[in-house]
Amino acid sequence: MNKKTLDNKAWLFVLPMFVLVAFNAVIPLMTVVNYSVQETFGNNLFFWQGVDWFEKVVNSERFYNALGRQFLYTGIILIIEIPLGIAIALTMPKKGIGVSFCLILMSIPLLIPWNVVGAMWNIFALPDIGLLGYAINNWLNIDYNFTQQPFSAWFTCILMDVWHWTSLVVLLCYAGLISIPDAYYQAANIDGAKPWSVFRFIQLPKMKKVLTIAILLRFMDSFMIYTEPFVLTGGGPGNSTTFLSIDLVKVALGEFDLGPAAAMSIIYFLIVLLVSWIFYNLMMRNEEN
Amino acid sequence: MARVKLDNLNHSYVSNPTSDDYVLKNINIEWNDGGAYALLGPSGCGKTTILNLISGLINPTSGSILFDGKDVTNLSPLERNIGQVFQFPVIYDTMTVYENLAFPLKNRGFETAYIDKKVKEIAEILELSPSLSNRASGLTADGKQKISLGRGLVRSDVNVLMFDEPLTVIDPLLKWQLRSKLKELHHEFKNTMIYVTHDQTEALTFADQVVVMYDGVIVQVGTPTELFETPKHTFVGHFIGSPGMNILPCDVNSQNVTCFNHPIKTSSDLKNIKSNSKLQIGVRPEFIKFSPSGLPVIVNNVSDIGRYKVVDCLIENQRIKVIVNEGDDIPSGKAYLEFNSNFTKIYEDSWMVS
Repeated sequence: MNKKTLDNKAWLFVLPMFVLVAFNAVIPLMTVVNYSVQETFGNNLFFWQGVDWFEKVVNSERFYNALGRQFLYTGIILIIEIPLGIAIALTMPKKGIGVSFCLILMSIPLLIPWNVVGAMWNIFALPDIGLLGYAINNWLNIDYNFTQQPFSAWFTCILMDVWHWTSLVVLLCYAGLISIPDAYYQAANIDGAKPWSVFRFIQLPKMKKVLTIAILLRFMDSFMIYTEPFVLTGGGPGNSTTFLSIDLVKVALGEFDLGPAAAMSIIYFLIVLLVSWIFYNLMMRNEEN
Repeated sequence: MARVKLDNLNHSYVSNPTSDDYVLKNINIEWNDGGAYALLGPSGCGKTTILNLISGLINPTSGSILFDGKDVTNLSPLERNIGQVFQFPVIYDTMTVYENLAFPLKNRGFETAYIDKKVKEIAEILELSPSLSNRASGLTADGKQKISLGRGLVRSDVNVLMFDEPLTVIDPLLKWQLRSKLKELHHEFKNTMIYVTHDQTEALTFADQVVVMYDGVIVQVGTPTELFETPKHTFVGHFIGSPGMNILPCDVNSQNVTCFNHPIKTSSDLKNIKSNSKLQIGVRPEFIKFSPSGLPVIVNNVSDIGRYKVVDCLIENQRIKVIVNEGDDIPSGKAYLEFNSNFTKIYEDSWMVS
């Protein structure tokens, strides 16, 4: 009765997609693997190096410094953007013309190209001519110059990311919130739940899935961020905002050390994959019980 | 427990409503302490609105709601101290069954020992004891609905327990069990219970008194027997009973009622007819029988329901349904019908003439 029709011709339909994926993902990745285990001096001449490049990367202080900065940056961003995004989503109107207004307002930062965001904030934060830089220096009387002080550079990078990406968290949380049926709030009202209990026992659990996606996306994007801080600070002052991706580009294109850069890329990729996998499994573990 | 009284209640979901905007029109009703009541009507007739007005989730446009004579119209749901079970089960996913049941008591600041005693007592009655420490989200739909119910029952001083089509998502067999459970609980706790449904079987088996609503108006309040024998409105006649009441056109002159030029005896007093507008005769299929003389009809179709047969008769394109007991003879072709005059009523503008 339950026999399903099997037709292997179906594979033909998948083939074009497979070729496409091979060209834009698998082949470049294999090229990186190829570089990571060999040394080349150009002219298409390769010498086998084994795991030398990996050893070099794993033993270099420079790599750990960049990695540390990367984790710190991502950590700070998640700590700020997730609660802030939830808070904004909670205060957004649920019906009326305010809804479209808020949604459009929230979408605007997401629509701006990354390098434009970097350039905007660069000018905005300049201490002499930028509104933000000028205001901090002259109205708040705090010495602020992101091109010279590491702390100011970090502050600006984080502020920029919060401005650019909190909206994503807001929109996802908002979608989760409006999908909660009214009966839940009504029942909570009848049960005498305080606003905090409503948040803790209704809104937060119902947002769990979208929050998982929001945290994953923000983790991956901020962990691999390149354009915005590069345009804003160029990794400086000194190496203070040289995150892993910026350092990688320096090694690969600045110093033309393709072998170590390839090894570094693969380690980088595995870290992102591992953290995402662990996080996702932790979040979903409770679902199954 | 409390007496619930709705006094001149009107409600509209728009501000500054015109007469067309009202979903509830002039509702006056009083429910006794400890009674089991059903609100019956088709979808969209305003049943749920009444429920939400009583629980305080929405405020009426005009009129007032009284619990034991005390005006509660402006009180919050929390202050009204009521319990409500919704159409779809509402549970707190992250809590255990125990925590779900304890939640309303905890919010009201009761002592842990009292909460524990109460929760275990209610869980025992609802047969939830074995799953008390399980996560509530893992339960089946009927289990979840029991939790919703339990959250109303744990508060022993709750004024009224309300049910908004609570069995919609439950399997048929469990539906029946849960309904018996509700009746049992009512006997045990003597709570005032109001049960909203569009299913006549549910309403008639659950309630001592059924309130039938149609288009924002209460058309009749009565026991299941009253609704069956003397429907006050053609809608009640049609909506309750299976098949519903036969509604036939008729002519009335000073003394006689005729239907298709055939005299019919009714129990309505012809003096009570006011305007002579849109007069109809209503008689249930149960109160019609075949006889040697009477209203001439053609037997069109017979369907066997099991315990009885429904005979579909025709007179000048007008259908008349007749219920015949199993084993009784059914004439074929031309036949004559006799109406039981005690249960044959005249309806004027859809309202019964007494």
